[in-house]
Amino acid sequence: MSDLTVNPANATVADAPKRKNRFRAVFARDRKAQFGLIVLGLFTLGAILAPFLSPYDPNEMTLNMMSGPSGENVLGTDDLGRDLFSRILWGTQISLFVGVATVGLALVLGVLLGVLAGYYGGWIDMIIMRYIDLQWAFPNFIIAVYLVAVFGTGLLNVIVAIALAFLDDFARIARSMVLTLKEEQFIDAARVQGYSDLRIMLRHILPNAMAPVIVQATVSVSYAILAEASLSFLGLGVNPVTPTWGLILSDGRSFISRAWWLGVFPGLAIMLVVLSINFIGDALRDALDVRETDV
Amino acid sequence: MLAVSTLVFFMIRLVPGDPIAAMLADSGSPEAREALIRRLGLDQPLLVQFWKWFTGVLQGDFGASIYGSNQPVANILMTALPKTLSLAFLSFVIAIVIAVPAGIISATRKNSAADVGVSLFAFLGLSMPDFWLAIILIIIFAANLQWLPAIGYTPLAEGLWPWLSHLILPSIAIGTGFSAIIARMIRSSMLEVLQADYMRTAAAKGLTQHAMLIRHALPNALIPVVTVIGIAFALLISGAVVVENVFSIKGLGRVLIQGIQNRDYPVVQGAVLLVSAFFVLSNLVVDLLYAAIDPRIRYS
Repeated sequence: MSDLTVNPANATVADAPKRKNRFRAVFARDRKAQFGLIVLGLFTLGAILAPFLSPYDPNEMTLNMMSGPSGENVLGTDDLGRDLFSRILWGTQISLFVGVATVGLALVLGVLLGVLAGYYGGWIDMIIMRYIDLQWAFPNFIIAVYLVAVFGTGLLNVIVAIALAFLDDFARIARSMVLTLKEEQFIDAARVQGYSDLRIMLRHILPNAMAPVIVQATVSVSYAILAEASLSFLGLGVNPVTPTWGLILSDGRSFISRAWWLGVFPGLAIMLVVLSINFIGDALRDALDVRETDV
Repeated sequence: MLAVSTLVFFMIRLVPGDPIAAMLADSGSPEAREALIRRLGLDQPLLVQFWKWFTGVLQGDFGASIYGSNQPVANILMTALPKTLSLAFLSFVIAIVIAVPAGIISATRKNSAADVGVSLFAFLGLSMPDFWLAIILIIIFAANLQWLPAIGYTPLAEGLWPWLSHLILPSIAIGTGFSAIIARMIRSSMLEVLQADYMRTAAAKGLTQHAMLIRHALPNALIPVVTVIGIAFALLISGAVVVENVFSIKGLGRVLIQGIQNRDYPVVQGAVLLVSAFFVLSNLVVDLLYAAIDPRIRYS
């Protein structure tokens, strides 16, 4: 097994402590990753504690319309007199939830398809890869837009649409990892011991194929958050009542010449979260030693 | 493309919601409904509908819009296409103009302040939603400074400046994210190339720094970058879809979104098909370009 420890992508369970140290080392060194962890942590906390932290009801309309940032309304109010800070805070819940749920779904489905295709080969591989290639003919975001058009708007539909749009990346990575791993001797060994295909896939192949998948997942969370914001912005998002970042921007767009805060702050929130995730993703890539071209 | 168009056609038949009901909102007598369904051919079997549509598309006939003035979809798409192409072209130019020098500088002065700056710019560019950047640009350059128009489009035929002035802001909004990806790629592939043996040979021959970079390093560093440009085209197209809606440019993206809002099947089908055709074509061009700049690659 000793030759397997050279590349952490092939690391085995016995390397876990080593890998942990490596994480710690990379994150201790990397200022950007620290920034990312802190900012993302703050936003996560804000999302969880939104009911307690939010100074106003995010949908409560008042006569105090389009007033700039002040002591009373930290980030100002919108055209209906709603408090912008409260709306952005509540929007964090949707954005983070959609980001994580989408990627979770895309990861499970994509990896499943990729592992099946890579492990069995033959006609299963052909059918799955034909489909994946078909997805290649469309930019991911266009797929998401089209699927939302087909399914209709709403939280679940948006999650499914974005997940399906991003699934091909996971399938392709998982498949290529499986194709490499399949040739390894420890897989032969498992097979000789009479383990079932399912057990070999789940216990032997999957854990060793996870490094690039994890890196891709991190990157995808940031894409998913951007995609959700873009869909909401285009009016194809969750629904018109729930304050999401994209929707707040889209609502505020008509008033930006008089109320700059409506155009600036929601986008700033999106950028900070996505930036943090990208920083963390970059550090993970270093820690797990995944080459950029693999992902 | 055959599979693509099949998928596009059948997916949209699943759309919940009835366009006929939407069209006849006020004058919804059953007879009018029947007549409309017959006129649109929606009473025929799905496969017949598909065959008609598909053979039509092959002849450049995408059917007629079922919303508003019932214009032929091909006309709508043809008036939208030049706007999107202008936008994509200009965004691309802006991205390259920013990315190539930025990538070279950060690779040749690794870990300098300039390198850190470029890397930060790349991260920001990747993380900024393009529609937000578009809004910020409007706030600064259109609303406050009033240097450039905030919305609309003027064809190139009406002069270079009117055309350019409408497209600069949207192009920057789209091009920035694009340039971030390319700059990062150029940096990393440049760093690899600079380590190569032939660079040492070039230095030993006594070439100037400038000649080494431009003649030897850059062409080789660009090879992997070209492939990424193909992938990043997706970003450019998605960007155009969203940003066109911010600037009210009636390009393919705006047509697509309005089509979805109006449940206008033929328009949505046509727009998605054209967008993906554009995407596939641009990737093909990238492949050919790849062969052109790297003599080691030959397509037989």
